[in-house]
Amino acid sequence: MSAWLIEFLQLVLETTRDFIPIFVVLIGFHLLIIRKPINNPQKIFTGFIFVLLGIAVFLEGLDMALFPIGKLMATQLTTPAFLGINPNDKTASWQTYRWIYLFAASLGFAVALAEPSLQAIANKAEQISGGTIRAWGLRIAVGFGLGTGLALGTFRIITGTELYLYIVAGFAIAALQTLFAPKSIIGIAFDSGTVTTTMITVPLVTSLGIGLAQAIPGRNPLLDGFGLLAFASLYPIIAVLSYAQIAQWLNKRSLSSKP
Amino acid sequence: MFKKRFINQLINSFFDLSPILAVVVIFQVLIIRQSIPDVGHFVVGIVFVLVGLSLFIQGLELSLFPLGESMAYAFARKGSLFWLLTFAFCLGFGAAIAEPALMNIALQASEVAVKKAVISPTLEAKNLYALGFRIIVAVSIGLAILVGVLRIIKGWPAYYPVFYAYVFIALITPFTPADILGIAYDSGCIATSTLTVPLVTALGVGLATAIKGRNPMTDGFGLLVFASLTPIISVMLYGIVL
Repeated sequence: MSAWLIEFLQLVLETTRDFIPIFVVLIGFHLLIIRKPINNPQKIFTGFIFVLLGIAVFLEGLDMALFPIGKLMATQLTTPAFLGINPNDKTASWQTYRWIYLFAASLGFAVALAEPSLQAIANKAEQISGGTIRAWGLRIAVGFGLGTGLALGTFRIITGTELYLYIVAGFAIAALQTLFAPKSIIGIAFDSGTVTTTMITVPLVTSLGIGLAQAIPGRNPLLDGFGLLAFASLYPIIAVLSYAQIAQWLNKRSLSSKP
Repeated sequence: MFKKRFINQLINSFFDLSPILAVVVIFQVLIIRQSIPDVGHFVVGIVFVLVGLSLFIQGLELSLFPLGESMAYAFARKGSLFWLLTFAFCLGFGAAIAEPALMNIALQASEVAVKKAVISPTLEAKNLYALGFRIIVAVSIGLAILVGVLRIIKGWPAYYPVFYAYVFIALITPFTPADILGIAYDSGCIATSTLTVPLVTALGVGLATAIKGRNPMTDGFGLLVFASLTPIISVMLYGIVL
């Protein structure tokens, strides 16, 4: 127990150390340039402590529960025994791995819903848009995007096709959508891709990619294992833009159907 | 009052996490058909995740969001473009330079450099290379936030810088050595560390609210995505030049 406690305190210290530059910038600019007393310093201080402790506890929990099980499941789903193929047979077609795509898609969806940064941003968007953008709608849209992105990404690793093609195609779609989407959603749509790839998603997605590249014959974990993150940050953009377009279209239709 | 809010937050976090639990349980029971090994450890870990998530969200609402926004207002009232831009740069730089994920990627990049015989395989040379790598990424993130703030002040559309960055990335990708490409794409995600996201959003939204003629929805967002693209560009250039 005490060894564990020491380990945990170390994690808290490490988290604190990582955030020192940011604290210095914030407090330094506040005191030296703005030169106004900080409003409600006690509240802000409590908040900082909450944030630090929260991140440390959260990371500890991820290490204990979600990462080991995520890795284990990726391996279990790719063992030749589970797939019912001969381990020396390198000609297995991409359909053999159908459970992996479903797993990647559902994992992407679930992870997006749990991502704390996305939650914070979605709440913010709902607040300032006066409720026209729903936090839940936004998060579910990002979830669909991340799920699709990861399923496509695992498909790419399994088939060994070029990463470049998927990214350029994805961006071309997003660029086209930008021309037609309502202006107010564009900024948040672009940010949501970046926001999704933080605390939970980055380590989980990276380990999924490298695990897959190791398990599938003929793939190099160093070359093929990367790139899943690029999918994870691009496809939510497309999903959020689509969500906005569909919402706008439904609104218009319900308006015009009224006499 | 804190206690009640925290309990509410805890319940919300449980709902947020339940899809992950559902995916794990369904796949284990129905498809893989094996029990979860070490259930006790798993349950304790989930409780940790729940408590951590609740503390984090609660802490953000108490500290970083209000602080970031009040600073954005104060800068807008002060009217000094120089200090505002300096602040934007320092915020991006400070968030990235100590980020553990960036340190990992910098070490990976130095290994690649050793393999290509760009630098000698001594520890000193590797550390120097990794430090250079980190500074370059942090500077490019700082510059991205600076450009984003300038964009809000000038009222340019949010997607302008993003489009230019994407086109530029597409243009230089063919010239980038393959072994640095994965690292370059990965380093883009570093811009969005856990603290940068709420702070930069608060800054953008606060500025767009404080400046007349800007709309927080249209102009306030879009800073983060640009900050995730500039490191990709600078790492690719670093890989091409060195």
